[in-house]
Amino acid sequence: MIGIVSYGAYLPRLRLNKKAIAMANAWMDPALLAHAKGERAMANWDEDSVTMAVEAARDCLAGQDRGRVGALYLASTSPPFADRQNAGIVAGALNLSEQIATLDLGASQKAATSGLLAALNAVKAGAVQTVLLAAADKRRTKAACAQEMQFGDGAAALLLGSGAVAAEFLGGHSVSVDFVDHYRGQNRAFDYTWEERWIRDEGYGKIVPPAVIRALEKTGVKPEQVAHFALPCVYGGVAAGVAKKAGIRPEAVRDNLAAVCGETGAAHVLVMLAQALQEAVPGQILVAAGFGQGADVLVFRATDRVAHCVPPLGVKGYLARRKEETNYMKFLTFNQLVLQERGLRAERNPQTALSVLYRKRGMLLGLVGGCCPKCRTPQFPKAEVCVNPQCRALGPQEDYLFADRPARVNSWSADNLTYTVDPPAHYGMVRFDGGGQFMADFTDYDVGQVQVGMPVRMVFRIRGKDEERGMTRYFWKAAPIAADKED
Amino acid sequence: MATGIRDKVVVLGMGCSRFGERWDVGEEELMLEAFRECIADAGIPPGEIQAAWLASCLDEINVGKSALPLAMTLRLSNIPVTRVENYCASGSEAFRGAVYAVASGACDFALALGAEKLKDTGYGGLPGLDIGTMPPLWWANVSAPGAFAQLASAYVAKYGKSAQDVKRAMAQISAKSHDNGAKNPKAHLQKPVSVEQILASPMIAEPLGLFDCCGVSDGAACAIVTTPELARSLGKKDLVAVKALQIAVSDGTEAGHNSWDGSYFATTRLAAQRAYEEAGIKNPREELSMIEVHDCFSITELVTMEDLHISPPGHAVKDVMDGFYNSDGPVPCQIDGGLKCFGHPIGASGIRMIYEIYLQLLGRAGPRQLPNPRFGLTQNIGGFPHQNVCGISVIGRYGA
Repeated sequence: MIGIVSYGAYLPRLRLNKKAIAMANAWMDPALLAHAKGERAMANWDEDSVTMAVEAARDCLAGQDRGRVGALYLASTSPPFADRQNAGIVAGALNLSEQIATLDLGASQKAATSGLLAALNAVKAGAVQTVLLAAADKRRTKAACAQEMQFGDGAAALLLGSGAVAAEFLGGHSVSVDFVDHYRGQNRAFDYTWEERWIRDEGYGKIVPPAVIRALEKTGVKPEQVAHFALPCVYGGVAAGVAKKAGIRPEAVRDNLAAVCGETGAAHVLVMLAQALQEAVPGQILVAAGFGQGADVLVFRATDRVAHCVPPLGVKGYLARRKEETNYMKFLTFNQLVLQERGLRAERNPQTALSVLYRKRGMLLGLVGGCCPKCRTPQFPKAEVCVNPQCRALGPQEDYLFADRPARVNSWSADNLTYTVDPPAHYGMVRFDGGGQFMADFTDYDVGQVQVGMPVRMVFRIRGKDEERGMTRYFWKAAPIAADKED
Repeated sequence: MATGIRDKVVVLGMGCSRFGERWDVGEEELMLEAFRECIADAGIPPGEIQAAWLASCLDEINVGKSALPLAMTLRLSNIPVTRVENYCASGSEAFRGAVYAVASGACDFALALGAEKLKDTGYGGLPGLDIGTMPPLWWANVSAPGAFAQLASAYVAKYGKSAQDVKRAMAQISAKSHDNGAKNPKAHLQKPVSVEQILASPMIAEPLGLFDCCGVSDGAACAIVTTPELARSLGKKDLVAVKALQIAVSDGTEAGHNSWDGSYFATTRLAAQRAYEEAGIKNPREELSMIEVHDCFSITELVTMEDLHISPPGHAVKDVMDGFYNSDGPVPCQIDGGLKCFGHPIGASGIRMIYEIYLQLLGRAGPRQLPNPRFGLTQNIGGFPHQNVCGISVIGRYGA
């Protein structure tokens, strides 16, 4: 039996109130008020497709043996690098073995379902034992366009393998049609989109239903057996229309999360599937369909293990972990949609020494420190001489993974002087349970809430961007845990 | 067996430029301003100087690399000149170089000069540091105030103090220094500021407000050192001698080992202990006549009072509020106004601190003059609380 071994998701903590978007822009386009319901997931300034994919993968891999991951696929239409494998960054941040295959998938909103089929087929063929598929998108939109309110930022991940799976893969079907509902040219920041009614009727309405019907036929599943039908579409009622044409019961149609999260691009079908898995009971049929220049339809059956493979947070947990943002200017700023005065301090921009980045990749991507072979003191960075003043043993230290260790704030400050996209910059000494400490940037904090002793979780984030040379630099930051529980 | 530096070297002359936003001058003029005063005070021709040390930190915006800027500005005729850089403790490092050169017998007269031209950046505050290839990839996005502000949160947590009480003591520290600086014509900031004004100042890095931070200034300071015998032969009567020179450099323990709790300077504690031993000081609280510490931020001065073993652990707030470190208190601190009022032209600060002790010991401090001082201590910190360089000197009357 092959299928989904585990699943996870990630939604950024910030949720931009859509009313804030509409109110700021209604003077020029009153039609936007019609979209002003609910909120959209909004990436923090230091998040992108890579960092969100890492978090979704961590959610998915909780309790799993990372050593078993034989391949990592990353699906995104907004990868930070056009030529530097983005999946490789994610693999590094997850401390996966370097003896694995990694692959970037993109260029279509169905990239995740195409990757899912390819991964499952690879497992089926015995070419690889387990594949980690992560999908993430943070699509930029022009200010005051409908997509600004329809889209959201987010990620999901699935671990695919054989044996004890949470959902068995029954089969699927793909069609490829160059139906261009929208496109984003090479080096272009924004989508160019055709008329909604045409996309709905000629695209979703005619391309997806036959693909669903064919997939169900191939797997021997009757349409009325489908309990969860996940088809992302920003237009209301489209998924229900497709379901109707395919004979799927209306109550099986999954909510597209438009009001609580927005459509997370290529990741969204997996976000919806991950949410369905969190609610599925054994025996239920789940159908996931991805649309984009054709369609992929995949059919799964929840097994008895579905209740035992619940991720730490999943879509449900991340939807609950939210902080409302009503400052639309902040969204514009984070997405570089306004030309702002940053001050002279922002001009500092050292190049990234790629040879250093490579030499220290374990430390920088994976937050790998050292453990003294003599006194067992964990330390970051890993050193040739033990940091413990009572020890100072020489010799190679063992790798010590800090990323998932519980930690606390030992000291902090909120700094208005140093340049950051979202001042005041918070940082401080982070002390790990079990030993080790270092001065780290904080993220996802609430101004006025940080205090000594506060528990934090380390997260992989953008440390800074070298816009002149097109480099995004990543490192780990401390995110207060108490803040997660608010709202 | 090492015998230490005590009374082996004396200060023959010193000079200090006016500190401030010296828009009209560059580093060359600053160096010369300090040097002219120094060489006149020393009473020797410049050609007698046999070796020199230049302290400067931010070469990107300052004098540039190497010792050439000093050698060329002063036209030091092909003598050995060395540039030293040890963060904000660079001045102490240059002074140490000159003193050790004389103590070793390698030369009779040595010069130490620290200079920094900070006000050519286009913005206020210290310029950001670009340090090597690795730190930009993983260091927290620290500024100096943000890094030193960490002390406050850790100190409050460690001793269970109220943050308000500590904040008020910090304000008192700044107010005291402003009172002192108002009497110093060479200080950048020469206006008294009230505790209420300080508490109400805009927040720079919590809990440090604007007036908890030292100024950013241009300046230079220098010293010529020699042996007591040579000083006497030149007709000097009151000799100011080096009693101790210590530098302690973080070994990474604070930054990476849980034995450091973030509330103090481990280097200052060690360097102070070693300096007292070298100077023969048994009880610093009783024996020190004055101290010039690295008050880059008010919280730095607060914890330093304890790290120098003058205030007992956790008691600096009380001592500060009791006026222990005021100009009329038992151990006046920053009698010249400190970094708070002088600002912190990085390479110059360590030598500027010694300059004040020197003036006080010779009775030349004018309206700031303390009655009958014997020993003065300088403490000069470079870097951040979690990884730093601490230079401490004890300067006193020769033979005292």
